[in-house]
Amino acid sequence: MPDKILVHHLTAWFGAVRAVHDINMNIPQGNITAIIGPSGCGKSTFVRCLNRMHEVIVGARAEGEVVLDNENIYAPEVDPVQVRRRIGMVFQKPTPFPTMSIEDNVAAGLKLNGVNFSRAEKDEVVERCLKQAALWEEVKDRLRAAGGSLSGGQQQRLCVARALAVEPEVLLMDEPCSALDPISTARIEELLIELKANYTIVIVTHNMQQAARTADMTAFLYAGELIEFGETRQIFTNPNRRETEDYITGRFG
Amino acid sequence: MAAAGTIAIAAHYRYRKAKNLVMMGLTIFATVITLAPLFLVLGYLLYKGASSLNLAFFTRLPAPVGEVGGGMANAIVGTFELVLMAGLMGVPIGVGAGIYLAEHRGTRLADGIRFAADVMMGVPSIVVGIFAYAIVVRPMGGFSAFAGSVALATIMIPLVTRTTEEMVLLVPHELREASLALGVPRWRTTISVVARTAMGGIATGVILATARIAGETAPLLFTAFGNHFWSTSLKGPVAALPVQVYTYAISPFADWQRQAWAGALVLTGIVLALELGVRAVTGGQARTPR
Amino acid sequence: MAQQADIAIHDAAIVRGEARRHRPFRKRLVGDRIFGLSTLGLALVVLGLLIALAMVLGQASIPALRQFGWHFLISADWDPVNDVYGALPFIYGTAVSSALALTIAVPLSLGVALCLNELAPVWLKRPIAFLVELLAAIPSVVYGLWAIFVLGPWLRDNVEPILHGLLGFLPLFQGPRTSVSMLSAGVILAVMVIPYISSVCTDVFAVVPQSQREAALALGATKWEMVRLSVLPPSTSGVVGAIILGLGRALGETIAVAMIIGNSPNISASLFAPAATLASVIANEFAEATTSMYQAALIELGLVLMAVAIVLNVMARMLVVGVSRRAGVK
Repeated sequence: MPDKILVHHLTAWFGAVRAVHDINMNIPQGNITAIIGPSGCGKSTFVRCLNRMHEVIVGARAEGEVVLDNENIYAPEVDPVQVRRRIGMVFQKPTPFPTMSIEDNVAAGLKLNGVNFSRAEKDEVVERCLKQAALWEEVKDRLRAAGGSLSGGQQQRLCVARALAVEPEVLLMDEPCSALDPISTARIEELLIELKANYTIVIVTHNMQQAARTADMTAFLYAGELIEFGETRQIFTNPNRRETEDYITGRFG
Repeated sequence: MAAAGTIAIAAHYRYRKAKNLVMMGLTIFATVITLAPLFLVLGYLLYKGASSLNLAFFTRLPAPVGEVGGGMANAIVGTFELVLMAGLMGVPIGVGAGIYLAEHRGTRLADGIRFAADVMMGVPSIVVGIFAYAIVVRPMGGFSAFAGSVALATIMIPLVTRTTEEMVLLVPHELREASLALGVPRWRTTISVVARTAMGGIATGVILATARIAGETAPLLFTAFGNHFWSTSLKGPVAALPVQVYTYAISPFADWQRQAWAGALVLTGIVLALELGVRAVTGGQARTPR
Repeated sequence: MAQQADIAIHDAAIVRGEARRHRPFRKRLVGDRIFGLSTLGLALVVLGLLIALAMVLGQASIPALRQFGWHFLISADWDPVNDVYGALPFIYGTAVSSALALTIAVPLSLGVALCLNELAPVWLKRPIAFLVELLAAIPSVVYGLWAIFVLGPWLRDNVEPILHGLLGFLPLFQGPRTSVSMLSAGVILAVMVIPYISSVCTDVFAVVPQSQREAALALGATKWEMVRLSVLPPSTSGVVGAIILGLGRALGETIAVAMIIGNSPNISASLFAPAATLASVIANEFAEATTSMYQAALIELGLVLMAVAIVLNVMARMLVVGVSRRAGVK
């Protein structure tokens, strides 16, 4: 598997506080890579650096290189807005836009970027993305209903559909299931495995079983540093570092 | 000994209970006294003004001094015109400033502007009238509807600014993040996602500010000044309902006084309709900024 | 422009769901810059308005400032005929009418706030609070009209005789009785100011944690004692802030006062006599101010009024920092 994203010496700060230190990682294409670690270890911060969302927070900054297909997204002439078109993100809390209907939510990324499409084209995009997000069957009769009228799990799948509509190459997911019930969580995990065929996925999770179930590669972060990165099976059955083993066996975290 | 002590405690306790009853009773009494003028004013408005509300009142111009009859048609239209023009100037400035304050929270400039808006809300409206007189009426050489609108807009702007800021701040930051993560530029996110979500609250603030300026008299006394005839031009004096009521109320003519009650009823009706309407739509969430 | 075409092709490919094409990353921040400048500009208008207000008023009062200097503030000589002006009658009228208004309004506002927070059943709270807010919504000219024809005569015929009978030894309650008087102005001002003071007090009392109240009640205190022990002490600065806010409102209230205070630029010890305030004299005389010195003097009165109102407003806000707004936006 070729590498989709190469991370070189990534360091991130919130003001004067350093949250992530000198991370080097190669994320393979078409795989699911899980980022695990105890609360506050910097996993969300790290992933948010991958699509330049970290710097949205006032006073936050990042240094280093993140190379997507031979282009460093942190190069000075690069527009972060363009980066986010190619690297999409789904957040912990499902946030459909409350003033828009389901179909408008899906198309929102395209519409707000000024892409022109006809009614037929819009219907096609909406159907395709909702099917990819495994939500089509449940909402196909009420596409005009408000985005907020769905259940938590459905809302999260709607957010996935919305993220897919702009055709990213990579999908970042920041604890996408922690606000959901077990059944919705299982649904989303199935979805990820389906999406793997077409997208590179990086998922942050505090649930080790989830990482073990779904991910091909796993990275363990602790106190802002990358402790170990390797195939999921190896990390969970035969970790190289003692910190990894302590975390896996539940001695802390 | 013990028995006497118990009796003393019991007596003291009766005293405390009585005092409690009296004080609680006083607060209820205070509430009743406070609300009484509300009902008295509204009651008298209806009692003295309703009978004068006929078609003529709404369609006729004021009759010449001393004559009976006529109406306040030009004043009603004038109020609409002044409020509309004030809104055209005040709402974009207020909403834009409110968005700026919400987006740049914590910076020194934003704190300064917020402080300025708060201070302006405490400036008496007659002073705003002087201000508009000095910068519009004097250079233009005469009273005008434009001057009146400028005065009303000056009152409106700080109100709209503060309510807009509060409503935009209420939008969860996750929505903004979700939009940015889709690759939507910052400015588009602010307009099409954040402001759009806050739109209901912003509109509420605008309507409440409109209700407030519709009832203002002082700033119009020497800007719009008043007019006994039809006028829709921006350049000349224009009649306004509150000013008309004021002029009639302090006049010695019984017929004008009668019409003052009617005009006051119409004015109060408009203002209360806006205030009540907004609260009905928002389920009682609206609060006028202080 | 080649970039634009590139983007259009790419967008069309997206809509059709075809394989993603590589997009250039070049920066396109024009939109952000324009938007940022626009909102900044509009925000600066707000700041500019306040500065302009102060400057314009200051500049327009210069003729009077130069002519009368500090003497303006202590001279009781208001004589448009001879172009001599002194602000004292109006400062006096403003101070006395506001003091009277607060004397009536503060106890009543505290009572309303306590009743709302401690006594009223839940289903009554919203309606009562709403009715109190409606008091603030009624336009000033309507209060003035009601004061001229209803309140003023009622005070003159029913209240002033009683006051004279009971307290007539005080110069406050002596002299001829008219419906247009300082007393009438003070009362209508109280009515108009109560909603502001009471709503701030309501918020201030509501912020006191329930646990404090329960602690007092658990000791066996009656409701009133609980209020004195747990609710009033932590609220002192908030209540003072509310009073100062109310004072600021009372000072600036123009129309209702102008309609009922009688507009006499004389200082009289009696509350039954007509008087004038800074705001009311401007409202009454500005449009007919013939000479430029007359206008400048009136504008200087406005400057004094604005300065005092601003100072009080700032003081009040510092005392009530955030309480009212936090409680209001629930």
